[in-house]
Amino acid sequence: MIQFNPADLATLRPELFLLGATCAILLIDLFLKPAQRNVTHWLSLAALAVTAVLVCCGAPQEHGVTAFNGMFIRDGVATVLKVFVLLTTGLVFLYGRGYLRDRGLFIGEFYLLLLFATLGMMLLVSAGSLVTIYLGLELLTLSSYALVALNRDSRASSEAAIKYFVLGALASGLLLYGMSMIYGATGTLDLARIHAVADFSANSPHHMLLAFGLVFLVVGIAFKFGAAPFHMWLPDVYHGAPTAITVFIGSAPKLAAFGMAYRLLDGAMGGMSGQWSLMLAVLAVLSLAIGNLFAIAQSNLKRMLAYSTISHIGFLLLGFVNGTTSGYAAAMFYAISYALMAAVAFGMILLLARAGFEAEEIDDFKGLNKRNPWYAAVMALAMFSLAGVPPLFGFFAKLMVLKAAIDAGQLWLAIVAIAFAIIGLFYYLRVVKVIYFDEPQDHGPLALPKDLAFRVGLSLNGLALLVLGVAWSPLLEWCYGAFAIVAK
Amino acid sequence: MIPLSHYLTLGAILFCIAVAGIFINRKNVITLLMAIELMLLAVNTNFIAFSRYLGDPSGQVFVFFILTVAAAEAAIGLAILVVLFRNRATINVTEIDSLKG
Repeated sequence: MIQFNPADLATLRPELFLLGATCAILLIDLFLKPAQRNVTHWLSLAALAVTAVLVCCGAPQEHGVTAFNGMFIRDGVATVLKVFVLLTTGLVFLYGRGYLRDRGLFIGEFYLLLLFATLGMMLLVSAGSLVTIYLGLELLTLSSYALVALNRDSRASSEAAIKYFVLGALASGLLLYGMSMIYGATGTLDLARIHAVADFSANSPHHMLLAFGLVFLVVGIAFKFGAAPFHMWLPDVYHGAPTAITVFIGSAPKLAAFGMAYRLLDGAMGGMSGQWSLMLAVLAVLSLAIGNLFAIAQSNLKRMLAYSTISHIGFLLLGFVNGTTSGYAAAMFYAISYALMAAVAFGMILLLARAGFEAEEIDDFKGLNKRNPWYAAVMALAMFSLAGVPPLFGFFAKLMVLKAAIDAGQLWLAIVAIAFAIIGLFYYLRVVKVIYFDEPQDHGPLALPKDLAFRVGLSLNGLALLVLGVAWSPLLEWCYGAFAIVAK
Repeated sequence: MIPLSHYLTLGAILFCIAVAGIFINRKNVITLLMAIELMLLAVNTNFIAFSRYLGDPSGQVFVFFILTVAAAEAAIGLAILVVLFRNRATINVTEIDSLKG
């Protein structure tokens, strides 16, 4: 018999607080005049900050706790992912305000949809059952569809939104179909029970059903990650969405997708890791190839970063191929590093953009060094870090996943990844070349946005790539600790 | 009693029609929305059939959640469709091709 235990509510305290705060902001925003929209802005940031504190306080030690009969898991992995989801969403709020105001999009919907998406991501990374995975995922994606279409009068935005919607709904359908197969084979929706009950051996009567279910799950996960060959939506959505939304879609949901993949593949289907690690290896190689090769041909910076995302997803999946906790820790470290790097790269586009000027072409960055050396350096840091140049953050993230792949005995995979990383270096360095060696089209100093919080946030975010590149071990130890591994 | 395999075959056929509808359809976006709904209904058929034959009600509860989310999804899909039509005066799939590369 299902029992309601009031103590479960305490386990969900951060989520319940965020839900309450979001509803409160929804009501407060209704009574605000457009000139007072900053109140919504700061309240949203405060809600995220308090939620982050609640996530950290009372975070369970060791193995974590479950609530609502195993529907919800609060463990180390969930804590780390939630902290970084909240951090990157906060950065999106900081970076997006001026851009949205210039375009008449500085409206309450932006904040509310993002807060609901954040709630969905928090639920997704803590999911302990197929139902909570589905609900968290849909809360995230339904909010994202609406966010992409936020600029109602833009042809590109509405086209990106419909493409995102159709392919996203297709992915959800595939994922659900896989879930129904797994439910049929095991008779339970609980991830831990699926792992315990299912007979994963090759001669079990349910082997066919489980294998079918697994294939659909992997395809659904690959769609949500944007791994090739299921990446079709990603460049169009990054390009068509308003840049303030692209910062979000490019950063925090990758962390949530990592959480979902970990819960489903390791939590439920860990007994079939032999099968799914092979599928993920194929996805990783395809993503590395397609991402890096197509990025070379792009002249639009947002599209180039979209293809670079695909290649980074390939790297992230290398951590999964191992199928061990140290591999997952490396993949999580990679997801965190990617979210922070993408926030800087897209944040720079927002910094240069102004009313009537999107700054999304690579040529718009020409001679940035002569106009503003500091932000030129920030952009260069982001590009070098994305390319994986030591001693930046991106280098150590790549090192960890490559180490995980080699530990798994997949040396060929590591060699392929390094080869494509070198190809990838070309298009990142092209941006650096444009910034430092090309003549600016406009010789005046860069007109910086008045928003001090944005400039400070972006500068700190850029510096963090350098600081975390030098002092990466505390973060890595935190990731290892989340998976209860003692760091070597 | 109708055997389980019949329901699963029905689910699989509906699912294939839906996927084919999404990929083959070149006419208009409303058909895509219908195909998406059909896909979720195929999944629901699977869940209900399994739930009935396993004697476990949780699958049917999941179906309620899927139905609810599908309604929200359809609402958002139609809203995006209206925005698209206002901006481009077409919902023909082949004409929605300005973003590429």
